[in-house]
Amino acid sequence: MTGQLVIGGHNFNSRFILGSGKFSLEIVKAVVENGGAEMVTLALRRANLGGEENILDYIPRHITLLPNTSGARTAEEAVKIARLAREIDCGNFVKVEVIRDSKYLFPDNYETIKATEILARDGFVVMPYMYPDLNVARDLVSAGAAAVMPLASPIGSNKGLCTRDFIEILVSEIAVPIIVDAGIGRPSQACEAMEMGVDAVMCNTAVATAKNIPLMARAFGQAIESGRNAYLAGLGRVLTQGEASSPLTGFLED
Amino acid sequence: MEKKRTDPMAYQPGMERITSEILDKVLKNVDNYDYLKVTSRDVKQALKKDHLSIEDYGALLSPAATPYLEEMAKKAILETRKHFGNSIGLFTPLYIANYCENNCVYCGFNCKNKIRRGKLSLAEMEEELKAIAKTGLKEILILTGESRHHSGVDYIGEGIKMATKYFSTVGIEIYPLNVDEYADLKKCGADFVSVYQETYNLGKYEQVHLSGSKRVFPYRFDAQERALMGGMRGVSFGALLGLDDFRKDAFATGLHAAFIVQKYPHAEIGFSTPRLRPFINNADNNPNDVHEQQLLQVMLAYRLLMPFAGITISTRERAGFRDHVIGMVATKISAGVRVGVGGHEEEEKGDEQFEISDPRSVSEVHQMILNRGLQPVYTDYIRV
Repeated sequence: MTGQLVIGGHNFNSRFILGSGKFSLEIVKAVVENGGAEMVTLALRRANLGGEENILDYIPRHITLLPNTSGARTAEEAVKIARLAREIDCGNFVKVEVIRDSKYLFPDNYETIKATEILARDGFVVMPYMYPDLNVARDLVSAGAAAVMPLASPIGSNKGLCTRDFIEILVSEIAVPIIVDAGIGRPSQACEAMEMGVDAVMCNTAVATAKNIPLMARAFGQAIESGRNAYLAGLGRVLTQGEASSPLTGFLED
Repeated sequence: MEKKRTDPMAYQPGMERITSEILDKVLKNVDNYDYLKVTSRDVKQALKKDHLSIEDYGALLSPAATPYLEEMAKKAILETRKHFGNSIGLFTPLYIANYCENNCVYCGFNCKNKIRRGKLSLAEMEEELKAIAKTGLKEILILTGESRHHSGVDYIGEGIKMATKYFSTVGIEIYPLNVDEYADLKKCGADFVSVYQETYNLGKYEQVHLSGSKRVFPYRFDAQERALMGGMRGVSFGALLGLDDFRKDAFATGLHAAFIVQKYPHAEIGFSTPRLRPFINNADNNPNDVHEQQLLQVMLAYRLLMPFAGITISTRERAGFRDHVIGMVATKISAGVRVGVGGHEEEEKGDEQFEISDPRSVSEVHQMILNRGLQPVYTDYIRV
């Protein structure tokens, strides 16, 4: 893929980030191999240290772990979970998730900013999951976020880019990488997000609920790469009317 | 002359009364619910919706929905996968006492039933907790009979504190408490509270809860709300299916949970679907018209009403039924279950509450989950 994704000074060749919350563990490995993802999320609340079926045993060593703070309802809880992740050697990356809504699982932007500020000061590479709001994105960047992760639609919904227009605004205004997180249901939607100029796409449910998981992972990997290439190539303009390839005014001589 | 019984709507001394509109809303809706008027057209309409209205939910619980069970299941499995993926949570209950001060005619623990009563000492409790922890489980549900006298809040609190040494998630299924008591148990390490209303039909409730604090209908009804006010993360709901009209009770249960989450959006919601079971000295205690088909209909309706809610499948049900409903609709399954007092490490100190139908061990249930292409999840929570 053309150009590397740089987050917090770390380089990634792949722009496909895999969410792992809804997988069977042995499939995480298969998806990493087929989708080319180099970063996989880890819900710390699912890490069964020393116990049966520990997710950490299923993530290949070369993969960057992105522990998340799922389960946190306040900035304080998110900070504690992030620090626990660091203590168990999950590295410096953290995806901040603060959710106080059981039904739609929308992030609490206010608490997310607070947690980001504390964790960035602590030396974490903070990637906050957010509702796409320009002011909030700016605040997150000021607070030290290494990337922002706006939702495309509610988690698990597979509804695609419901927040497309707002994400486009973030793409044009925010200097850190924009990673579309949550709601992407099809490779074509991931491709569309990449064509818009987002820097990476994270998905989970769309792959986890596919009939053939490794094949769907590959489809996502290819779609993300293709969308990135299209963005770099520069998309052609869109017109509402046809335009003649020979101009109507071409007969004029002087 | 027959003894005059207390009014089930009258609070007893010490019971906290909160201001809440939810009871009235649920009972009013149940009064208006006539499932015999539901047509197949109503059911088909409901099945097309992404978000069910109260009427749609009632339609899916009606007899008219019976021919659409397969369609409901197809929709439910998609919703379950969307929200929970392949994950199936594992847990086990630990009964720490079976003393009860209530006379509930359908329950093995009722105070008039001649059974062996017992209560674990803290040392015995620790042995039990250690034995359960050895099986790999990380979530435990602590249960007592409903006796403040024998199993006080302090005793339960000590048990919870001890459980947090071995388990990441500690739930409680005990008698209803006041807000400050829930807050105290939260401080001890409990996060989830299960309280089952048994039946939402006030007349029937009065008939089957002959005496004891459980007889007070509204105090029990508001328990989930008080638990959330006390800081608990999640609450569970359930009617004892077969005790009264199961369709109306399931309808009420769903609405109760839906109104709670509307008022407390952060609350994690769980459902259980217990059916009546035989118990010691009452082998004929059965769920009457709630067969597996009806039980599944209730579970599917809960799932379609609240796709994000956890649903637990009880060991009251046979293994074959449990194996098929996980992943489709249920998200949590118990394993290695004993329903007497203790019995995991040492001999049981008290008799069982009811008969279980699936005695499989944790490793057997684990393997079954894997065989079904699902993922056993032992821990899904961090206490911070």
